[in-house]
Amino acid sequence: MYKIAVMGDQDSVLGFKALGLEVCPVATAEEGRTALHRMAKEDYAIIYMTEQLAAQLPGEIARYKDALTPAIILIPGKEGSLGIGMANVKSAVERAVGADIL
Amino acid sequence: MPSAIINPTRMELTRLKGRLSTAQRGHKLLKDKRDELMKQFMDVVRENRALRKRVEEGLMRAHGAFTVASALMSPEMLEQALMYPKQSVELDMTFQNVMSVDVPKYQFHTTSQDPGEVYPYGFAQTSGELDDAVDAMSRVFQDMLRLAEVEKTSQLLAEEIEKTRRRVNALEYVKIPQMQESIKYITMKLDENERANTIRLMKVKDMILKEAIQERRDEDKKAFGAFQES
Repeated sequence: MYKIAVMGDQDSVLGFKALGLEVCPVATAEEGRTALHRMAKEDYAIIYMTEQLAAQLPGEIARYKDALTPAIILIPGKEGSLGIGMANVKSAVERAVGADIL
Repeated sequence: MPSAIINPTRMELTRLKGRLSTAQRGHKLLKDKRDELMKQFMDVVRENRALRKRVEEGLMRAHGAFTVASALMSPEMLEQALMYPKQSVELDMTFQNVMSVDVPKYQFHTTSQDPGEVYPYGFAQTSGELDDAVDAMSRVFQDMLRLAEVEKTSQLLAEEIEKTRRRVNALEYVKIPQMQESIKYITMKLDENERANTIRLMKVKDMILKEAIQERRDEDKKAFGAFQES
């Protein structure tokens, strides 16, 4: 049985608690880093992370990109979308095709 | 130019020819794999973009409603209302094999099927905006799970395509031409040796013939001299 977690600042992740997801409110990038590594070792299959937090942890996210679990999925935080999620889709296309063709 | 350390022998030639045919077969197979992966990847990426757009919009709506709710309620009340969720989600993960790439497939089930169960609080002390926020969130949740699956798939496929593309290119532009060059070099060298051998034989034959003719001439001369004296 796998788990789903939501990481981000307190206000952005609070609502996910109602859905029954595990929330992990983090205030600083350092906290986020340790929490992420801990979750990656345990059986979390999906980690939703706010783009605001993800922007501070690019190296950690790249590390888990090619691993089967966890899938780190960026979601917009309460301040809105930074466009990192879409940019990641674009970079995946660039990586595979060699050019952005969409 | 072939590398300097190949032996121009027949054995080496046979070995290289075998390797070349293997490389060409591998190249063809890898190319097919790359094309098929690319086809799958394009479908996945299109879906990924559409889903991401939908999820981002949905979440922004939910966040908006939450902001309003948190403005109307004190932070303690809000947290208290959401502290103990009624609903919980269990996730099952299986793997699907797409062209030898393992991609995850998620199945999830919530503990209760009743959509009203997502509200973990009594309605008396919370504002209606909170209901809206939770409702918007539960609505976007299906798409979020699908997004996770699709996005991970696209990342894994992208990695595999990159690897395959590199292999195809290395075979096509480096390995195969190198081997063809070496094969050409060895055949040329062997042919050259063959010709050198023929020429040598012809030369030897010439020399032997010349000797024989000279001998015959000397004999004739001797015989002629003897004839004149008599």
